[in-house]
Amino acid sequence: MRIIISNRSELPIYAQIKEQLKEQILNGQIEEGAALPSIRQLAKEIGVSVITTTRAYSDLEAEGFIATMQGKGSVVLPKDNGVVREQYLMRIEEGLTTAIETARAIGISGEELTEIFGNLLRTSDLN
Amino acid sequence: MELLEVHGVSKRYRDFQLEDIDFVLPKGYIMGYVGRNGAGKSTTLNLIMNLCKCTAGSIWVDGFSCEEDEARYKEQIGYIGDEFYYSLYFTVKNIREILQNFYPTFDRGRFDELIAQWQLPEKTEFKDFSRGMRVKLMFASVLARETKLLILDEATNGLDPVVRAEVLRLLQDYIADGEHSVLFSTHILSDLEQIADYIFFIDEGKKVLFGAKDELLENYVLVKGERQDVTPALAEEMIGIIDQAYGFEALMESGRAALLARDFLCEKPTIDAIVLHYIQDKTQSGKERAV
Repeated sequence: MRIIISNRSELPIYAQIKEQLKEQILNGQIEEGAALPSIRQLAKEIGVSVITTTRAYSDLEAEGFIATMQGKGSVVLPKDNGVVREQYLMRIEEGLTTAIETARAIGISGEELTEIFGNLLRTSDLN
Repeated sequence: MELLEVHGVSKRYRDFQLEDIDFVLPKGYIMGYVGRNGAGKSTTLNLIMNLCKCTAGSIWVDGFSCEEDEARYKEQIGYIGDEFYYSLYFTVKNIREILQNFYPTFDRGRFDELIAQWQLPEKTEFKDFSRGMRVKLMFASVLARETKLLILDEATNGLDPVVRAEVLRLLQDYIADGEHSVLFSTHILSDLEQIADYIFFIDEGKKVLFGAKDELLENYVLVKGERQDVTPALAEEMIGIIDQAYGFEALMESGRAALLARDFLCEKPTIDAIVLHYIQDKTQSGKERAV
């Protein structure tokens, strides 16, 4: 587990913690079933307030990444559920939206963009 | 569970008034009490320490009031101020003896552990201690007995970054079990901001803002830009506009910042910036009234 807090980031600290944990859960660096440090332990380790880590954990819980049990701490939930798929879909949409915005900025039409996308898809090994 | 409850506390002096201060600090959290010099920070802390009596209101620490049981109330509090309160001709050895006789819960082993950890010399008189060493000694004497609430009155002033970092760590250790809380006052938060759960901002004896630090930071944005782009309607929305040679800086509620055109730069604020702009806002509206 790795958490690096930036004071220059526009993201609030709780969101930085949340996003970094999410990233590591999604890419498997933190395995399902793994126990996370307690809210108070984490706050102490990274030098932020308890309220900040509480918020990060409760957001991760609400999004279905972790479960917190009274007295037992928080564990990472299995990845193959609908919520995580939703997260991945959102990520794909974000990437495509960026492509559309960039195309708009330099005046590339939707047709041209679809062509680029088609070409990329053909050369990739995605079936 | 609340550890510290301050209910409607007022204190009247001839030339200063603390008015209707009201907050609670739950167990296991850190609160920063901020404001400029003379805002009423020390007055509030002195009232909690029972060094003076409230004109109105009541204060409770872990369910005890000072009126009920003064000894029990005070035993639960550890206090560190910005001034060194031991005789400059004492040594660590003298202090150990005094504390042992004075506090039933004084843990000599824990005290010696801290003294060794910070390499404080046993036989040197305190007049030859640096500011950092004096602060560490005050921490050692407070942490070596059982308390529930730590009160720091400008205790981190003038400390170098290394000692400050150690103090932050100490405070986080102190609250880690969820049973102890810290109330610290300061006129400049800087690195303490990150570990504070709650912020109480006081000015001229009155509350200006109180809330969870993360919420306060989210509720405001720092706006920068050119003064000519600020319409009168926008100026109304801005809190404490500070003019600089080639632009301005002001605070705005996050919800209202959507009104801004792209000409403005928006940044997330620090608590110190929020305090600065609120005080600037007060000074400005004072001037307008005078005109």
